[in-house]
Amino acid sequence: MGEKVLMKGNEAVAEAAIRAGCRHYFAYPITPQSELIEYMSRMMPKAGGTFVQAESEIAAVNMVYGAAGCGKRVMTSSSSPGISLKMEGISYLAGAELPAVIVNVQRGGPGLGDIQPAQGDYFQATKGGGHGDYRMPVLAPSTVQEFADMADLAFELGDKYRTPVMILSDGLLGQMMEPVDFKPRKTEAEMEELDKQHFDWCIHPNQDEPNRHHHEINSLEIDPLILEKHVIHLGEKFDKIEANEVRYEEYKLTDDCEYLIVAFGTAARIAKSAIDELNVEGVKIGMIRPITVWPYPYEAIRNALTPKIKKILVTELNLGQMIEDVKLAVEGKVPVEFLGKVGGILFTPQEVKDKIKGM
Amino acid sequence: MKTELICSGFGGQGALTVGKFLAKAGMQEGKNVSWLPSYGPEMRGGTANVSTVISDTPIASPLVTNPDILVALNQPSIDKFGPEIRPGGLMIANTDMCPRKLERDDIDAIYAPMSTIAKEIGSAKVLNMVAIGMIIGKKNLIKYETIEADLTAFLKKKNPDLLEGNLKAIKKGIEIGQNS
Amino acid sequence: MQVIAKRPDSLTDLNFTYCPGCTHGISHRLIAEAIDELDLRNKMMGVAPVGCSVFAYKFFNFDMAEAAHGRAPAVATGMKRARPDMHVFTYQGDGDLAAIGTAEIVHAANRGENISIFFVNNAIYGMTGGQMAPTTLPGMKTSTSPYGRDEQDIGYPIAACELLDSLRAPYYIERVSLLSPQDIIKAKRAVLKALKYNKENRGFTFVEFVSTCPTNWGMTPLDAMKWAKENMYPFFPVKLFRDKGEEGGK
Repeated sequence: MGEKVLMKGNEAVAEAAIRAGCRHYFAYPITPQSELIEYMSRMMPKAGGTFVQAESEIAAVNMVYGAAGCGKRVMTSSSSPGISLKMEGISYLAGAELPAVIVNVQRGGPGLGDIQPAQGDYFQATKGGGHGDYRMPVLAPSTVQEFADMADLAFELGDKYRTPVMILSDGLLGQMMEPVDFKPRKTEAEMEELDKQHFDWCIHPNQDEPNRHHHEINSLEIDPLILEKHVIHLGEKFDKIEANEVRYEEYKLTDDCEYLIVAFGTAARIAKSAIDELNVEGVKIGMIRPITVWPYPYEAIRNALTPKIKKILVTELNLGQMIEDVKLAVEGKVPVEFLGKVGGILFTPQEVKDKIKGM
Repeated sequence: MKTELICSGFGGQGALTVGKFLAKAGMQEGKNVSWLPSYGPEMRGGTANVSTVISDTPIASPLVTNPDILVALNQPSIDKFGPEIRPGGLMIANTDMCPRKLERDDIDAIYAPMSTIAKEIGSAKVLNMVAIGMIIGKKNLIKYETIEADLTAFLKKKNPDLLEGNLKAIKKGIEIGQNS
Repeated sequence: MQVIAKRPDSLTDLNFTYCPGCTHGISHRLIAEAIDELDLRNKMMGVAPVGCSVFAYKFFNFDMAEAAHGRAPAVATGMKRARPDMHVFTYQGDGDLAAIGTAEIVHAANRGENISIFFVNNAIYGMTGGQMAPTTLPGMKTSTSPYGRDEQDIGYPIAACELLDSLRAPYYIERVSLLSPQDIIKAKRAVLKALKYNKENRGFTFVEFVSTCPTNWGMTPLDAMKWAKENMYPFFPVKLFRDKGEEGGK
């Protein structure tokens, strides 16, 4: 561990990606993620990597598809409207089972919306977004440190399961500066290992008979019986991810809690301030913060439902999206209430406190 | 101990840098810090402001609504954030850009012609250092030595004249802070 | 025994799935022969499009990627950037390249990407059943221009070579045809040239094949060739647009 650096989330995740072995990055500028693409344009050439400012988010994600097909650690990033454009490519990445990292620095929507922090892309990220039957691990950071750490985790998960992975951040985490402690950059030897890890399926130089290979990077299976097998295989992979990769944080959650907040990302951060103050005032309240929003910590929420829990509050920067997953976990056993802010407006800890007191 | 600040001014006055230097110094002194700018159209000429938190414990919400300290470099900053300062808090205001004072007697307020002071030192750009100095002079938030070391590391070789001007500005600010 | 003719090593053993009389088989073979002749197969990679040649990734005997509709030049960009030690081409039809993928082809060309593009222009969407293409000729009837393409309503055919020739970066642009044995010999020369430049990493190379679609045109293969010469050449003249490799190459 080196010395801490004060950095914006957008820059921290870029630096962490380079340290994690990402040498290929393709993207298109959009607020509030532009510091990320700017950082990559400065630092990628210095790291001996490739930076291309693509003509569109669609082109960028397809460049990702090409580089991922060559077995390289590759990343793209955008903000909400641009992520919609990337959805085609994400579906293809999932279908062709290509590891890649997509960072979404969310802003207000729908449409052009605004450029302030929001969490309105939860459904898009966790329930599909692109066409077809696929799932994609989605990591939701709530600090700049965690944002940076997730670059490494996202590449690891992507390589482990041959899947695209999304980091679902927002304008606040992208623009905010906090101290960051970076992992050391991968060594040459580690990079060589990374390079070879996908040689059994990826595009790489061939050799003469009899050892020559013919690898196809492809999501097309025109024969329904073959596609059926492929999608069932994908399904089994998704089951494995759900069984092994659920991550969440419990905050001030004790056996005598009477209220439970469920929130992710920036909303969870704000809720923590409210919980700290409510605890001081004697209100017994804790929180579960999903770190992976897919796979979702249903079990953790179910387990938190002691007989003492009177109500659950879900806080999100949207009209109520993750609340549907909380309700699935709770199965009607406890009332679930909602506090949301939209349009890029943040709620204050006081608003969370007021809501809890009114419940 | 947690201190929440808002630094606010016209784009280009250096309000965001005030917050950044304070946050960085806080970090170098082992504290938890966060720096959350307003972003968007304000960057280009309107009012730019930044929420900065320096705390002994991990920072939950980085969004400051009721600051302990307000650095107001122009009048709109006083009008917008002045009423929100926590009772017992501190406001540092640049009288060159703030014709109207804040009508509150439950806070400390230091008024100084910060733009003029900066120009006298040699550059309007060191206004942000005057502001930082005023905070150091009045509150025990961060140490002068930390900022001095940071600036020296950054500027000594690159621009020694600018380093000298910056340090002079901080010291002048400290003097104003201590005497008010 | 002396081998006089054989299947190129750069083609797999699979039988083509194209219609009788289709020119895709010819252009596939020309590309495969050129790769063999340039001894490039072990470092070659290709990108198949969406369209009739969607299964091209099965036919070429080296690593291939299948791209989303129109995105082949972007995918090839990613591949070449990730594998600068290898060589990449895309194989695209007119709907793929000149309609849905217009942005990708123009910008890959404008960046001067070190890739080769082989563009098959037969003025119609084949795979989806004969709909109007961006290269469909004025008055030409298709399943989505049942009264003939009305250029006042939907515009004139897009000429890809001419469009790309307005950019500075491309290294080599040529339009050839597959309408007679002589034309095919000339086309082979163009393919070889493009892939030779590719091998030398000289920049963006582009070869357009004026082709036919007997099935969707509703003609015999021979009639289709004749029709194409009479009707397509006025809009898509066979021509060397640019060759930076040759002194005064225009």
